[in-house]
Amino acid sequence: MSSRAPAILVLEDGRVFRGEAYGSVGETFGEAVFSTGMTGYQETLTDPSYYGQVVAQTAPQIGNTGINDEDDESRRIWVAGYVVRDPSRITSNWRAKRGLEDELAAQGIVGICGVDTRALTRHLREVGAMRVGISSRSTDADTLLARVKASPEMAGANLVDAVTTAEPYTYEAVGDTRYTVAALDLGIKRNTPRRLAERGITTTVFPADSDAETLLAGNPDAVFLSNGPGDPATADHQVSVTRKLLQRRVPVFGICFGNQILGRALGLGTYKLKYGHRGINQPVLDRLTRKVEITAHNHGFALAPPKSGEFFETEFGRVQVSHVCLNDDVVEGLTCLDVPAYSVQYHPEAAGGPHDADYLFDRLTALIDNNEGAKADA
Amino acid sequence: MPKRDDIHHVLVIGSGPIQIGQACEFDYSGTQACRVLREEGIRVTLVNSNPATIMTDPEFADATYVEPITTEVIEQIIAKEKPDALLPTLGGQTALNAAVALHEAGILDKHGVELIGADMDAIQRGEDRQQFKDVVIKAGGEVPRSAVCHSMREVRDTVADLGLPVVIRPSFTMGGLGSGMAHTWDDVERIAGNGLAESPTTEVLIEESVLGWKEYELELMRDHDDNVVVVCSIENIDPMGVHTGDSVTVAPSMTLTDREYQHMRDIGIAVLREVGVDTGGCNIQFAIDPADGRIIVIEMNPRVSRSSALASKATGFPIAKIAAKLAIGYTLDEIPNDITKATPAAFEPALDYVVVKVPRFTFEKFPGADPTLTTTMKSVGEAMSLGRTFQQALQKALRSTETKAAGFWTRPDPAGATLESTLEALKTPHDGTLYTAERALRLGATVEEVHAVCKIDPWFLDQIAQLVDLRAEIQSAPVIDEPLLWKAKRAGCSDAQIAALRPELAGEEGVRRLRLRLGLRPVYKTVDTCAAEFAADTPYHYSTYEEETEVAPSSRPKVMILGSGPNRIGQGIEFDYSCVHAVQALREAGYETIMVNCNPETVSTDYDTADRLYFEPLTFEDVTEVHHAEHTSGKAGDGPGVVGVIVQLGGQTPLGLADRLAEAGLPIVGTSPSAIDAAEDRGVFGRLLDELGLVSPANGTATSYEEAKEVAERIGYPVLVRPSYVLGGRGMEIVYDEESLDGYISRATEASPEHPVLVDRFLDDAIEIDVDCLCDGEDFYLGGVMEHIEEAGVHSGDSSCALPPITLGGAVIEQIRDYTAKLAFGIGVRGLMNVQYALKDEQLYVLEANPRASRTVPFVSKATAVPLAKAAARIAMGARIAELREEGILLPSGDGSDPGPDAPISVKEVVLPFKRFRTVEGAGIDAVLGPEMKSTGEVMGINGSFGLAFAKATLAVYGKLPTSGKVFVSVADRDKRAIVFPVRRLVDLGFTVYATKGTGLVLKRHGIDFTPVARHSGEHDETETDAVGLIASGEVDLVITTPSASTGPRTDGWEIRSAAVVADVSCVTTIQGAAAATMGIEAAARGELTVTPLQELHQRLRGAE
Repeated sequence: MSSRAPAILVLEDGRVFRGEAYGSVGETFGEAVFSTGMTGYQETLTDPSYYGQVVAQTAPQIGNTGINDEDDESRRIWVAGYVVRDPSRITSNWRAKRGLEDELAAQGIVGICGVDTRALTRHLREVGAMRVGISSRSTDADTLLARVKASPEMAGANLVDAVTTAEPYTYEAVGDTRYTVAALDLGIKRNTPRRLAERGITTTVFPADSDAETLLAGNPDAVFLSNGPGDPATADHQVSVTRKLLQRRVPVFGICFGNQILGRALGLGTYKLKYGHRGINQPVLDRLTRKVEITAHNHGFALAPPKSGEFFETEFGRVQVSHVCLNDDVVEGLTCLDVPAYSVQYHPEAAGGPHDADYLFDRLTALIDNNEGAKADA
Repeated sequence: MPKRDDIHHVLVIGSGPIQIGQACEFDYSGTQACRVLREEGIRVTLVNSNPATIMTDPEFADATYVEPITTEVIEQIIAKEKPDALLPTLGGQTALNAAVALHEAGILDKHGVELIGADMDAIQRGEDRQQFKDVVIKAGGEVPRSAVCHSMREVRDTVADLGLPVVIRPSFTMGGLGSGMAHTWDDVERIAGNGLAESPTTEVLIEESVLGWKEYELELMRDHDDNVVVVCSIENIDPMGVHTGDSVTVAPSMTLTDREYQHMRDIGIAVLREVGVDTGGCNIQFAIDPADGRIIVIEMNPRVSRSSALASKATGFPIAKIAAKLAIGYTLDEIPNDITKATPAAFEPALDYVVVKVPRFTFEKFPGADPTLTTTMKSVGEAMSLGRTFQQALQKALRSTETKAAGFWTRPDPAGATLESTLEALKTPHDGTLYTAERALRLGATVEEVHAVCKIDPWFLDQIAQLVDLRAEIQSAPVIDEPLLWKAKRAGCSDAQIAALRPELAGEEGVRRLRLRLGLRPVYKTVDTCAAEFAADTPYHYSTYEEETEVAPSSRPKVMILGSGPNRIGQGIEFDYSCVHAVQALREAGYETIMVNCNPETVSTDYDTADRLYFEPLTFEDVTEVHHAEHTSGKAGDGPGVVGVIVQLGGQTPLGLADRLAEAGLPIVGTSPSAIDAAEDRGVFGRLLDELGLVSPANGTATSYEEAKEVAERIGYPVLVRPSYVLGGRGMEIVYDEESLDGYISRATEASPEHPVLVDRFLDDAIEIDVDCLCDGEDFYLGGVMEHIEEAGVHSGDSSCALPPITLGGAVIEQIRDYTAKLAFGIGVRGLMNVQYALKDEQLYVLEANPRASRTVPFVSKATAVPLAKAAARIAMGARIAELREEGILLPSGDGSDPGPDAPISVKEVVLPFKRFRTVEGAGIDAVLGPEMKSTGEVMGINGSFGLAFAKATLAVYGKLPTSGKVFVSVADRDKRAIVFPVRRLVDLGFTVYATKGTGLVLKRHGIDFTPVARHSGEHDETETDAVGLIASGEVDLVITTPSASTGPRTDGWEIRSAAVVADVSCVTTIQGAAAATMGIEAAARGELTVTPLQELHQRLRGAE
């Protein structure tokens, strides 16, 4: 412990935090965000939606359960940097295969520990998410600040292409395949096809630049729009794909980035939240059932609420803002009333986080069933 | 769903007296509930027999019944008050059991009272072990293999099937009472035998052992719309096998991945729904196999529990308050989060700190009791602390418990401790397991080796190992420089701990000077429920060593009130009561109040109580740092900063800090520390008594056995011996001869010039009197005079007493008032003082004077309708008694010395924890009263006559009062004459008498027939039942036995009292108690007990003004 090198974290607005080197020694830049989950750091680190972001964990004890072979949500760690208060010296869990810090170092993730993460969080809350740099190579704040200011901004960033799969692949249903779904991978997490598979859905995952014809070539029962990093305002290609799907009345389910794409396809705008929603304790009201669910969130952008309130008219018919965050009234989900499409801004697949929103996958199978019925009637 | 509009009047049941397993956390939850309901415009009727609670203050309910929590009494209250609904989930197991009894007796239906916040079937499903097991399986969870048994035969068959070891749990008992782990067949016979007897349904559960598994708890809440949130996860550091109340626990859980945590959460929610908990809070316990993660559901409490209080304080999520709102119809999303004000209560708190709770034991109070930790709860209190890291929180928690060791390294290791002996000791869970683990690691054991013997998760052990490494670094560093000191402070080390490792730094004061020179001070973070995601509106702080502090500037004059720390015998809820009253009075008077305390069970640590709450250890270092932070923030806000620090209301804990705080420049208000010292210092106090012309029993001070012997010979035996500076009579004993004096000195004290022993002439057969009074330096106000029912020699905290006094004449009371006033002025009291007197042969002796809040303040305040602690706090800040009379806080004229002829009689009776403890062999422990305090709580009975008031108090303690049946009598020779009259009355009431030979003979000569019973030892006839057997069989309804002079183990009296404790038979151990019990029984047999709300009594008392 005492052998750690000093490290420094510098925010775009000049605020400096000092700590010690953690993970890989080096220098890194990204957007500073904080996540309030008290469990699930392995899932957080491997969530592609965090690509380009330096994540500060508000929970102070990190790494206690090490890294195991089951909980990665994608093929690698995506965070640009990692900020923790007190990393664990040992690993204690029956599933653990290796230590977190070893894993960070092996994947070249630069981190910093011993930081007053609460002060950092309060600062981001008050001032807003901003660019940040971490260095365990040099502790000169001015030099690092200059480099932070020269690093790319999150607003306007198209990061989807960096995280999406190069080739399509298929995730088989558990048992017999009852449905097939084409998933557009904008940074998909492994637990999504897993959750679908539990319901008898075989999912084929396509690269982000796939067009509507490619997605529909296998005649899937529905198309899934995944979560992913970056500014949804840059995802024009996916928006136009989605519009085609809606025109053809293909059932669509989107989450997170996918929610923003569906919203844009329906004519809504997006905006950057001051500091985002990142955690696993966010209360969302499902207006269809009046139930409150505790949900996993990871989004820095959100859909602009329609002026008309809960319901709004689009070229695809009436749409309801079906889910809202009870903390701040942010739009958390849309349900199309005239076409078979819905989406949520958060993560029903959880991992990490509570499973309260798992029912949303059941809604997909119900939607497919209804749609089949509608097609048959027609 | 908004608030229901058909509920206008709710009956709330409190939890009764403080006992092990059910402490003041239910005052906290009940107070919150009452407050919430009244804010909602609902009329609140409250029943609770415990006067030392905030909830029974008249302003917290519309009608407050300080009455026994029994079916009959509550029915009377229901008939009188006609509430719409009963809320039973906030008063612990006592309230829940009372509600079940009311339901089963058909009383709720008869009076049309709806149960809210609970569902009768759900209670059964949650509490009945077999039903609960079925529920868990239905919900998709796993349970340990087990069987419910109703006889020893079934027990034996089951154990043969499951294999040893097994866990034995009686059904429907509180705090795991009677349960235990059986490793041998002898254990099975003993524990299951007792368990069948303890269980009201003669039922025990025999269960596969999950000993050594990881143990977790979840606190959940559910509303009418079936929304569920998990408020908190708690991980027990002590693995399965130690009751959670006795475990060191951590929040949030530290060693689970998200996958395992969410699985546990899913099971918890499914179980909650399957049980059908209506609305409100519930607690579910889990065991996890560390080898493969198999999760087993252990049990649930379908109500607010001790852990709920802990979880509320740990997270800032007020479970009881929300539970009350849910019970009247609100849903979680309709209730705002108190702390942020902007977000709803429908969420799960995120912590950016670590919380550690450490239990507080008092095994030293119960010689002979087995100090091994098991599934029966034995701790009497707890301390909680918050830190930004586990190490910091752990170290703060350890020093918060106020044990002899104030954290690691502050006491020498036990003599001769080796690595082998230390590892051996770790095989058995005990008070201080973590200290032992630290020692093992320090002596060279690896984390794996320690884990192998104690099963504590390696992560926690490695955290301690890191502290061991830090210790080595501190010890070996050539000089303690800033980086090293910073590191030590961040790891939670106190100045005192560092001083212990570096003697050359000249003690704690030296380290403190060094630290301040280096500019190292703690910062204060905020408990905000959301890990800083949203701005917090509520200043609930804890210290840490980091960059940024969150203490906001403020301009109002500030007063700090130091709380009383963890509950222990002798220092409990009564002191918290006084602290809360001080806060209330000073808030009202315009001060900004700052509470410092570390006891999560209390009302004082509710973030709503004071303007600012600091959840901090009550040590010199931690308190001075809070003062510094608050004073600085006051100055920064252009205010005067801290203008007063109140140390006289929280008992010995803050009082013990007074001198040093004053020296450090803190503005101690009220009675000065030097005046407090003067009253405690034998020599100074003796001279004062001489000056004032007051008399105390002959006495002397000794610094060695020889001196003690000389003093005792001079003043004559019996003598009362004790160490100086004690609360709760710790180490105090009555000694009848030289031999036992020798025994006492070598056993109980380390008599030395630094630790002198006080020797007093003991006044046999005297009446003891307690007085609480106020003084402002010019004026004097007598709060109340209490006459003890037991003779002098029984610790005042264990005595029952009556107010107003029942046998004292006006002249004596006038004399008491005169003496007390002289003492108050002589000592220089500015606030409260408690004086104890003994009256013998018409001579009034001053036993002791304590210029501070006493244990009896809440009782006196309730009995006289005068809030003494509020007045004391105001006086401390400069208010005059005359002013307080005008404001209506004190009576406009007169005082407690003359309550008037129509004043009701209030009786205080105590609750003793003997049942909780067993010797290592499993026998009961001695239930005798003496000068050492042993009670955990108290009740109050109020009535127009003494007999009925005493009957009510007895009823409140035992839940029953025998009005006929069998009485067993065996008294010491000196009591034989005095016992005749009470026994005759009992015979007249229809009791049949069993007596030992000696006692029986005296009764016989007074014409009382008796059945002779052999004593346990001695002339034992095989065919005869002996006294112990008779009592153990449960045939006897009342035991009257007084101790003879020699009270060692294995004397007859000891065996008889222990048997009574085990059989749960009312056992009276003093002659005065016997007389009072007789009057009570007589009164109860004759007339019906009636109930009156405190508000009406108080109006009567104050109406006479």
